[in-house]
Amino acid sequence: MTADGLRQSREAELDRQSRLKNRIACCSVAGCLAGGGDAVRAALAEEVKAQGASAEIEVCGTGCMGLCSRGPLVRSSAGEITYAEVKPGDAAAVVRSDLDSLNGRILRQSDPFFAGQRRLILANSGKVDPEKIAGYIAQGGYQSLLRATSEMTPEEIVAEVKKSKLRGRGGAGYPAGLKWELVARHPSATKYVICNADEGDPGAFMNRSVLEGDPHRVLEGMAIAGRAVGAQQGYIYARGESPLAIERIRTAIDQAQREGLLGGRVFDSDFHFRIDLRIGAGAYVCGEETALIASIEGKRGQPVLRPPYPPESGLWGHPTLINNVETFANIPQIIENGGDWFAGIGAPASPGTKIFAVAGRIRNSGLVEVPIGTSLRTILFEIGGGVPEGYEFKAAQTGGPAGGCIPAQYLDVPMDYDSLTGIGTMMGSGGLIVMDTSSCMVDVARFFMEFCMDESCGKCIPCRAGTVQMNEILGRMTSGEGKEADFAMLEALSGLLVEASLCGLGRAAPNPVLSTLRHFRSEYDAHVRERRCPAGSCRMGASA
Amino acid sequence: MNPTAPDLNIPASDEREKLLERAMARHHNSGDALIEILHTAQQLYGYLSRPLLSKMARRLNLPPSHVLGVATFYHLFRFEPPKKHSAIVCLGTACYASGAGQLLAAAQQSASEGEWTLTTGRCVGSCGLAPIAICDGIPLARVKPGDLAAVLGGKHDG
Repeated sequence: MTADGLRQSREAELDRQSRLKNRIACCSVAGCLAGGGDAVRAALAEEVKAQGASAEIEVCGTGCMGLCSRGPLVRSSAGEITYAEVKPGDAAAVVRSDLDSLNGRILRQSDPFFAGQRRLILANSGKVDPEKIAGYIAQGGYQSLLRATSEMTPEEIVAEVKKSKLRGRGGAGYPAGLKWELVARHPSATKYVICNADEGDPGAFMNRSVLEGDPHRVLEGMAIAGRAVGAQQGYIYARGESPLAIERIRTAIDQAQREGLLGGRVFDSDFHFRIDLRIGAGAYVCGEETALIASIEGKRGQPVLRPPYPPESGLWGHPTLINNVETFANIPQIIENGGDWFAGIGAPASPGTKIFAVAGRIRNSGLVEVPIGTSLRTILFEIGGGVPEGYEFKAAQTGGPAGGCIPAQYLDVPMDYDSLTGIGTMMGSGGLIVMDTSSCMVDVARFFMEFCMDESCGKCIPCRAGTVQMNEILGRMTSGEGKEADFAMLEALSGLLVEASLCGLGRAAPNPVLSTLRHFRSEYDAHVRERRCPAGSCRMGASA
Repeated sequence: MNPTAPDLNIPASDEREKLLERAMARHHNSGDALIEILHTAQQLYGYLSRPLLSKMARRLNLPPSHVLGVATFYHLFRFEPPKKHSAIVCLGTACYASGAGQLLAAAQQSASEGEWTLTTGRCVGSCGLAPIAICDGIPLARVKPGDLAAVLGGKHDG
């Protein structure tokens, strides 16, 4: 495709859309589909056909609109109205915009759930059909890649990313620009770009939703990265458990290749970039970058000691840039609006927005995108609508099995990388699970320890044996057989895992234990000394 | 081991072999693509039998121990034929906090022997609908232990 071709394609699609009276976009990502979204979309298409309105009303799929707990969601462009809990029987009312019969299920953009967010990465979700490249192009898609290949030198792209102060969204928060610079400066002729889409934290579905809802944004970000660091080959390593995301990536890669946006001579430049998909097979540890690389090479996904880090020696020994899905999804807008623009959003030390997957005991669960540094209280109680009546907030769990629990007294903590580390948890990839007073925190710690035990790759002894021991102790505690000496043992084992494990899985495995010990010590005491579970929900509580 | 082949609409034996050969050829019989090829083999045959793994090892010029080692490392690969029905109980954090433990216990009690392959999943990405179970590909949102037990108890015949 040429620059002119991109412009024409954009104008043609915008023109087509402007001649429509209404676009009815049905959420077509995992959450709403699980709630029956497919049948709703089919019924709407049928109804439009029956009314003979196919020329002026379009029914299409779209990405996640956020409010998963009230799905299936359908958004009508006429009046910017979102309908919640739509059933196939509502098709006629939605098509006619008959607001009376949909009363109580009408959401407006001014509602706190939508108004409190700043949707930049998810800007297209709710508008663009993820299965059609034209929709992405109409919203300005691939303009940044055009700029990156025709107006900017690789050094300028790296400089822009550095200026943006974008931090990696995979969890650790390493500055993306520094990583890009390391790979770009390496003299090797062969380099790779890898998108880590192995989102394995239980309770996290941000990356999956981005890939299902707006896959081209990630491809564009990867291609810009390829241009910046001098790579000609990219890989997306996707989770085998996300079949829909895999399907959407495949479709998007095919489309982009057909349009000449990936492949040889992108935009008639000397830049060649291919993207291939690699599918994981269910191993949490493969989210760790060296394990992920081993898995792409067709081996057991076991981490290796760093250094050397992947920017120096990665896939097949070549310099490799690995970033997370959400990191790449941020790139097109940084190139479009400039690094300074991005650096001005959110918290000064960690700019930009972050998508959180909010779930658990909360009214509005789903995907929430806010500027980094927004307080936990705002996310949960303004956007999230608070905990449902009859329940009381107890803790929010962030960072998955590597993170920790935030008790009520820290509700005003700004959600940024450093503040969260300061209170014993971490940002992680963005999972945010709300627990009420019926959740037993010792059992929550046990739940995550069991997870880490199952997912330990077995290569290093501290993690392989330590997680088993810690799981056993926590199991004892939640069955009413805990001993006083177990506390010292838990702490000693935690220190050992943190210090001596080979990779992040083992080093972070004690975090849920340490954080619950820090904030909910009295609950541990009740289990061990009084043989009772204050929440009444662990194995001991259930049997008492 | 269950000797009867599962009813999964899989193509006839020689056809499967041809498709697997083609998949390996597409990857130039390279060991780098082992995981892709294992995915294809499992799709075609429903599971990875020892003879199948040995055959792939020969074809890809890899030690059989390497192929078995890689296959057994990953949770998604099966080494026994799947049963007629499959049920996944999600044990993601949101589901766990919404009572997935009780759900799993009910499922384990009621899943009729020989009919259901019962597995647990680590977050199926529909946390807004927690707790969730997926029976034969159909998601059951906010499912109660009793309702899941009824589905697994044989009333559901697909």
